Amino acid sequence: MALASISSNLLFVSFIAYLIATLFFGGAIKGGKAETTDKNNKWGKVAITITIIGFLCHIGYFITRWIASGHAPVSNMFEFTTAFGMMLVGSFILLFFLYRTPSLGLFALPIAIIIIGYASMFPKEITPLIPALKSYWLTVHVITAALGESILAISAVAGLIYLLKNVDLTKKSKQRFWLEAVMFTLVLVIGFVVSSTAFSIAGYEAKFTYIDKNEAPAKIEYNYPPLFGMHEYKALTEGAMEPIAEMPPIVNAKTLTTFVWSIGTGIVLYVLLRLIFRRPLAMVLQPFAKKANSQLMDEIGYRSVLIGFPVFTLGALIFAMIWAHEAWSRFWGWDPKEVWALITWLFYAAFLHLRLSRGWEGEKSAWLAVIGFIIIMFNLIAVNLIIAGLHSYA
Amino acid sequence: MSKINCQCGHENPFGTVLCERCGRPQTTEAKQSETVDMRYEGSARRSQTYKRSIIDRIWNFFSSVKIGISIIVAVLVTSAIGTLFPQKLYVPVSTDADIAAYYERLYGVFGTIYYKLGFYDMYNSWWFITLVGMLGTSIIIASVDRVFPLYKSLKKQRTKRHASFMKVQRIFGEGSSDDPDEALGKAEEKLKSLRYNVKTEEGALLAEKNRFSRWGPYINHAGLIIFLFGILLRGIPGFYVDETMWIREGETRSIPGAPGYFLESKGFILENYTKDEAKEIYGEALDRVGSIAKNYQTDVALYKNKEGGLPGQSEHRKLEKEYSIIVNKPLTFDGYSIFQMDFRLDELKAMTFQLTQKETGKSLGEFTVDLVDPEDTYELAEGTKVKLLDYYPDYDGVENGEPVSKSPIPNNPAFIFEMVTPEKPDGERSFVAIRQTLETEENAYKVNFIKADTRDISGLTIRKDRTLYILLFGGIIFMIGVAMGSYWNHRRIWIQKGKDNTLLIAAHTNKNWFSLKKELNQVQDIAHLPAYEDRLDKESTSENLEGDQQ
Repeated sequence: MALASISSNLLFVSFIAYLIATLFFGGAIKGGKAETTDKNNKWGKVAITITIIGFLCHIGYFITRWIASGHAPVSNMFEFTTAFGMMLVGSFILLFFLYRTPSLGLFALPIAIIIIGYASMFPKEITPLIPALKSYWLTVHVITAALGESILAISAVAGLIYLLKNVDLTKKSKQRFWLEAVMFTLVLVIGFVVSSTAFSIAGYEAKFTYIDKNEAPAKIEYNYPPLFGMHEYKALTEGAMEPIAEMPPIVNAKTLTTFVWSIGTGIVLYVLLRLIFRRPLAMVLQPFAKKANSQLMDEIGYRSVLIGFPVFTLGALIFAMIWAHEAWSRFWGWDPKEVWALITWLFYAAFLHLRLSRGWEGEKSAWLAVIGFIIIMFNLIAVNLIIAGLHSYA
Repeated sequence: MSKINCQCGHENPFGTVLCERCGRPQTTEAKQSETVDMRYEGSARRSQTYKRSIIDRIWNFFSSVKIGISIIVAVLVTSAIGTLFPQKLYVPVSTDADIAAYYERLYGVFGTIYYKLGFYDMYNSWWFITLVGMLGTSIIIASVDRVFPLYKSLKKQRTKRHASFMKVQRIFGEGSSDDPDEALGKAEEKLKSLRYNVKTEEGALLAEKNRFSRWGPYINHAGLIIFLFGILLRGIPGFYVDETMWIREGETRSIPGAPGYFLESKGFILENYTKDEAKEIYGEALDRVGSIAKNYQTDVALYKNKEGGLPGQSEHRKLEKEYSIIVNKPLTFDGYSIFQMDFRLDELKAMTFQLTQKETGKSLGEFTVDLVDPEDTYELAEGTKVKLLDYYPDYDGVENGEPVSKSPIPNNPAFIFEMVTPEKPDGERSFVAIRQTLETEENAYKVNFIKADTRDISGLTIRKDRTLYILLFGGIIFMIGVAMGSYWNHRRIWIQKGKDNTLLIAAHTNKNWFSLKKELNQVQDIAHLPAYEDRLDKESTSENLEGDQQ
């Protein structure tokens, strides 16, 4: 038990370290010149040092949890997402030492922070492995796939910086709208974290029975006040809120409830931020991207796809196929998660081929990198929670 | 098709953009542009040269990267649509009508449309397979169209290039030098220490590294083609076996798809993690979700028919091995693998009955009916027997006056017994099902249910896939190629003397310009080369100037 609590404390320390490092990267940009050289100022050095300390604690979390549970801590949604956040920071550190650009840190670390925050909304206790997961391929496949995805994600960070710098936010345009939409989506994730934390601190729970899609009776527990009820639900908890509407059997009303609460909280948060800054969020962040060099950001974006693509192929397709052959008797079965890994792969293959054509460098390439990250997140979140399949382990 | 003669005297094939030897631009477009397109070294590619016959058109269509990308996007979009609702494979019904009804019941109008459009079996549909075929064709043609011209021009390239070639490179610099020869010497030394291959010719220098990385894309495309070829091979009989079998505890069955082999199930084991036995650390999780499965296992013995033995005769079988098939640890033999896939617990195995006289309740003896292989007659004593006239393993009510069984699996067994006793030697008939006894007329005797024996069944999958090694080989080739092309870059630096003590420098790389510039800067510092410009990076020069002014 002691090891498990050391583990979660280390995770907390790394979370705080990333927060502090972000501030220092902000300082590095404010005090620094335009980023064209590979020399660093003092703030930048402090920032990367704190990031590395945080990363080491994060690895400490990973190792101690591994020892405590007896298997690689990548077996459920909390573990996988936390590991993904860890690798995202690791990939950032790698690319930082290649290019020495503090602005990459200023944007990569907050995204890692949001991801870790999102991860900790899922059940955190250590679970034993089900038979299908009992294989060393769990370690090999999941870690390589997550590493590949995290390197690919850095290209989206570089792309976002490129866009913030180059999209003209003073004039109304499609680009301005979509850039703000990306910011809004990030706020929605924060909305989920905030609302989920609030109700869990309040200790909210409401239990129901319902009839599932195979017409069998089932039980469910809500952690949010139930806006939507499951098919033919009956309340078990007295005094719980009466759901506003009943859903057909294929809709998971609990997920829908969580989703609506998160969106609602996210919108409130976004409106508050807009009222405080009196400007679109992209415009608030734009000054922080102004020091970045566009050519360099374009290259970091391309380079991280080049580094990440082979790793992703190896982990998410080749190792995946070898394991699938051993565990499920076939190397490929068109399971939604498999298909979305293939879609991610095809997307980045298209990205790499488009770079060969003229006119697909710079802004278009940056947009593609952002879309690629959205596909990765979709595979992590939506495919697990909404489209059920063999990989639904949350 | 005439050859193109360059001013340098080299004869280039028709369609060449940059002279293979000296690099002079050959087309008016190339001559006028500020920076030249260095892809495939400006060599003559078939697709860019011949545009007449149908074959040319097909070739040109598939060799286009834009078409290739369009096909990739088409495969991507169709794959995504296929995940909207579960595929046919994951739907728990089998007939077409049931499948249609399933989609309609769960997904309403959208489900019906999804079914009608054939999206429920997307990945076996002809258009999906056609798209993948087109992708394969595109990969082959686009690669062949590029790899040979590229190879030739990289082989033929000369160290000394024409100034017009240097001037249209993305990285270019020109300036006077105090001692051009000394600068060239120092540059050569530094470039060698940076692991460049350096060639010199008449006051010109070409430093080149990692040319092999240019072949990466073609190697990874070859890997993909090997992979797709492996999948095609599965259509050939004997290359691919995919069967399932249900085997009951204690049963020996021939293995479908593996002639001559037999499998005996010695028992099925299902284990769950319990709070008492599992690690203490799992306690919290077990409290939250209840039980978590720990192990699914079938203990088996594998037999093979002896040489010359007749099938079905157990004495002619030889024990090959005993094994515990668990998830992630299939039984493998002779290219086959048997996987633990599914199970059913507590199927009825046998039922024991008692023949009693109704009036006195006196027992005339007990008998046990094997539900898979029942006997016709059960002798209880002299003149006392029970005949099994009819047996319905999965009784499902009465149709047209006859009881019916909906499957051969003993889920709900029912029997028609004829009870022959000394008192009633002609026999009395009785219909016996679970919790039900029917008699055509009042009988003196009855068959009482005593107990039932159950056993577990294992669902196993038998696979043989001779293509796996081909697929793995394709995967390895792909990884080698993709790593070559991604982790190494082909870099070239040209330095040569111009007129009146000037030096010209130019550089090119296929990827990663940042690192090329870093290396070029090191050479520049040591050899005092003229300043160069990156023509695509307008920002850093202007921003540096702003910085200086502050």
